[in-house]
Amino acid sequence: MRVLSVGDEALLVELSSGDEAQALHAELLRRRACGELNAREVVPAARTVLLDGVAEPARLAARIAEWDIPPVATRAEKPVEIPVRYDGPDLQEVAAAWGVSRQEVARIHAAAEFRVAFCGFAPGFGYLTGLPDRYHVPRRATPRTAVPAGSVALAGPYTGVYPRSSPGGWQLIGTTDAVLWDHARVPAALLTPGVSVRFVPVGS
Amino acid sequence: MADRALVVVRAGLLTTVQDRGRPGHAHLGVPRSGALDAPAAALVNRLVGNPPEAAVLETTLNGCALRPRSTVTVAVGGAPGTVTVDGRPAPWGAPVRVPGGALLEVGPARAGVRGYVGIAGGVAVEPVLGSRSTDLLSGLGPPPLADGAVLPLGVPAGPHAHVDTVAQPGPPDELVLRVTLGPRADWFTQDALRTLVTRAYRVSAASNRIGLRTEGPALERARAGELPSEGMVLGAVQVPPDGRPVVFLADHPTTGGYPVIAVVRTADLAAAAQAAPGTPVRFTAVSRR
Repeated sequence: MRVLSVGDEALLVELSSGDEAQALHAELLRRRACGELNAREVVPAARTVLLDGVAEPARLAARIAEWDIPPVATRAEKPVEIPVRYDGPDLQEVAAAWGVSRQEVARIHAAAEFRVAFCGFAPGFGYLTGLPDRYHVPRRATPRTAVPAGSVALAGPYTGVYPRSSPGGWQLIGTTDAVLWDHARVPAALLTPGVSVRFVPVGS
Repeated sequence: MADRALVVVRAGLLTTVQDRGRPGHAHLGVPRSGALDAPAAALVNRLVGNPPEAAVLETTLNGCALRPRSTVTVAVGGAPGTVTVDGRPAPWGAPVRVPGGALLEVGPARAGVRGYVGIAGGVAVEPVLGSRSTDLLSGLGPPPLADGAVLPLGVPAGPHAHVDTVAQPGPPDELVLRVTLGPRADWFTQDALRTLVTRAYRVSAASNRIGLRTEGPALERARAGELPSEGMVLGAVQVPPDGRPVVFLADHPTTGGYPVIAVVRTADLAAAAQAAPGTPVRFTAVSRR
């Protein structure tokens, strides 16, 4: 673990893996909930957690370095289920990259247990980890100017669902009717960091 | 009851509703947003007797024109410019009574970029995640003002301030941004670190509410490769592949994959919001507080 100073009121904690970052994120939320940590923002990312709006960052940095952080536990609560029609325009390409049939892509993807590692790119866009390494695919060489809302997509180690139409370079394997973002809902995002997710195939 | 609303007669280049933004939701991918020149927005609110969280209008370079449907008190601040009511001169930086049906015109900025129009009662559009701010990156909040739009107003909280006028800020000849190095200073060569804090940059015309872009010497990386996406703070000086530093402003993305060489002190960001394209920029290194 490396704790980097960011300006006058933030810390960036860097870890050696995504799993460690998720474990630290869970620990930070636990400590914040019981009043041991005061931070306006706790923002997990690929291999870091940013703590912003911290009153005494130097003191907090020293404390974090001494913490004993338990590995991330599988959550007791039921995973969020996202119904998917595996009908994306890049399904064939992904099937070829994996060396399997299109039906098999759906089966493999729906069998994986995902976890929201972090959010970013757009409100409610979660970066989901859980797909075995051998199924990681690169981004498309040329991004699309408009990816439809509800597109279920792959890039590198991540699966994501576009909350609304936006440009994007991920490989589109399916479509969902799930509402990823609704600011009248609490929380507005269906997928928040740390949440477990499963994709459930539905007929197209 | 009086019709508490404003008709937008001339929206101007880019006029948005802004308050103190929506901090606390970065983990959901929600930018903080909010007025770029926060002290100026706070001042116009104070002048019209609003609480500091009331929503104001933020104009860009060429002002706007508004017609309240009932009599309201307004104050115009931020970038200095001409203020008129039905063509008659009115004070800048002071409470101004605008009769119902009269035309309030905020002229082009004589210096600076962002003007602020505070209206007693505040702009009462529907809040999103606790804020009425327009976020140009994520599209949250009300859309930028359009000609003919009608904005609801809140009920005035108290009496407006009794002041004649406030001092107009002079045009910033040079934008000085104090930075603390890191968190990714080690991704750059020693030369690049020296270049950042010694050489002259200029504000690029491509700047917006997301970031203040600069033109000047490119900063050379000491490490190749991609930085995995990480959380970004307000004032982060991110260096994209072209090597020209970008200072993140209110609508900045919550995570990013280009290394942050340094972070600008929050107190200096109001001046950054008022620096017109072409303004010289100097980054000076300060130690962490």
